[in-house]
Amino acid sequence: MNSLSVDHMLGIKYLTKKDVDLIFQTADNFKKIINQPIKKVPSLRDVTIANLFFENSTRTKLSFELAEKRLSADVINFSSASSSVKKGETLLDTVNNILAMKVDIIVMRHPNPGASVFLSRNISAKIVNAGDGTHEHPTQALLDSFSIREKYGQVAGKKIVIIGDILHSRVALSNIYCLKKLGAEVGVCGPSTLMPKYLDSLGVNHFSSLNNALKWCDVANVLRIQLERQDVQLLPSLREYSNVFGINKKVLDNLDKKITIMHPGPINRGVELTSDVADSEHSIILNQVENGVAIRMAVLYLLSIKKN
Amino acid sequence: MNEQREILNSTQLDIIIKRLSQELIESHQDFSSSVIVSLQPRGKYLANRLISCLSENFNLTSIASGDLDISFYRDDLLTKKLPIIPEEINMDISTENKRVILVDDVLFTARSVRAAMDAIMPFGRPQSIELLVLIDRRLSRHIPIQPNYVGKIVDAIDSERVIVDWKKNSVLILKEKNE
Repeated sequence: MNSLSVDHMLGIKYLTKKDVDLIFQTADNFKKIINQPIKKVPSLRDVTIANLFFENSTRTKLSFELAEKRLSADVINFSSASSSVKKGETLLDTVNNILAMKVDIIVMRHPNPGASVFLSRNISAKIVNAGDGTHEHPTQALLDSFSIREKYGQVAGKKIVIIGDILHSRVALSNIYCLKKLGAEVGVCGPSTLMPKYLDSLGVNHFSSLNNALKWCDVANVLRIQLERQDVQLLPSLREYSNVFGINKKVLDNLDKKITIMHPGPINRGVELTSDVADSEHSIILNQVENGVAIRMAVLYLLSIKKN
Repeated sequence: MNEQREILNSTQLDIIIKRLSQELIESHQDFSSSVIVSLQPRGKYLANRLISCLSENFNLTSIASGDLDISFYRDDLLTKKLPIIPEEINMDISTENKRVILVDDVLFTARSVRAAMDAIMPFGRPQSIELLVLIDRRLSRHIPIQPNYVGKIVDAIDSERVIVDWKKNSVLILKEKNE
């Protein structure tokens, strides 16, 4: 099969392993292209893409926009802070108004889980989920696995631990789905108040001690504590979290092996990672950012050439 | 049922590749300022044959070469029925101020060659671009592009397909019959 099995990129849950492999294979080509002196290809010059961001974002928005521009698509941007959503318009009305302007693909970030699935059922454009609440963030998971594949040659058989706020993290959920699909072993580590109840059904190992988790893993994907999504106090303080689950150089030096550190950004330096770890040779955080553009180009390209 | 006839056998193909190699030497001498760039996927086989012929028979062992994928530059990317999945790009060469020889097996509408000329530019501004093809289907052009080096000219109609079989070392014309 030379085509994705899905019409939208709503979540890793809906993809097959073949889809992920196809995205990686295409991203390999785009990575070469974005390292050429001329980084633009004319592939999507007849395609119009709307980036709808109902929630704050820097990296993802810039990465998508750059990917779209490298593919020569026409791009329009929308952020809810300066829009009619503030005047009481519904999501469907907002999007239908944008579609009336002949838009082919919608890239959307929304605070409500399932917002992109809802949209895909009600409108004709192709939808790319750029993060929907605490549900999924598929392109982030793809670029994380792509970066692991780049570092180790393959993802299968590798041990990856995701550290931090698993409960509120769409990155964690998408990463677990993606890594398991590719045959990796996945562990999670963090305070028990920030672990989801459905953890057992995901088939992941649970570590309550940071040290045990780091001893077990090849790669540690460290997440930010999402204070903005916590309605109730789930942590005594950030300082205490940092003391128990923060990774510093001393913790890494005490391990008898070298592990790779990843972070989807934005980093809260001094909380989950200290600066000497974030900027060390262990870290592939900036490679993740570079790969993000290639992965998003591949996803947009494959969705555009897919025939209904 | 499909009808097929062979237009080049293995011996003829070898002779043509030798001739094309000699024609290349005639204008590129030692290839010091030239690069051979094949169009993925099928041009690669011809380029490999040419490069090994040049090295075995004419002792030209250090010819710079690359494989170019043109998928992202095609003009039918979004309109084609079957999705186009890119091949690998192996371009560890610069084309800046070089004489580029584009290599493909069959020249048909010339749309791929047009795309290839766009795709080559990001690797540097070439001094010149030439085109070498094994088979020139001269009656089927959509774009005014002509090859500089031709293996064999074939007059086939649009419903026929010209297939270069590199495993069997032969060139076939396939006539598809609608029953």
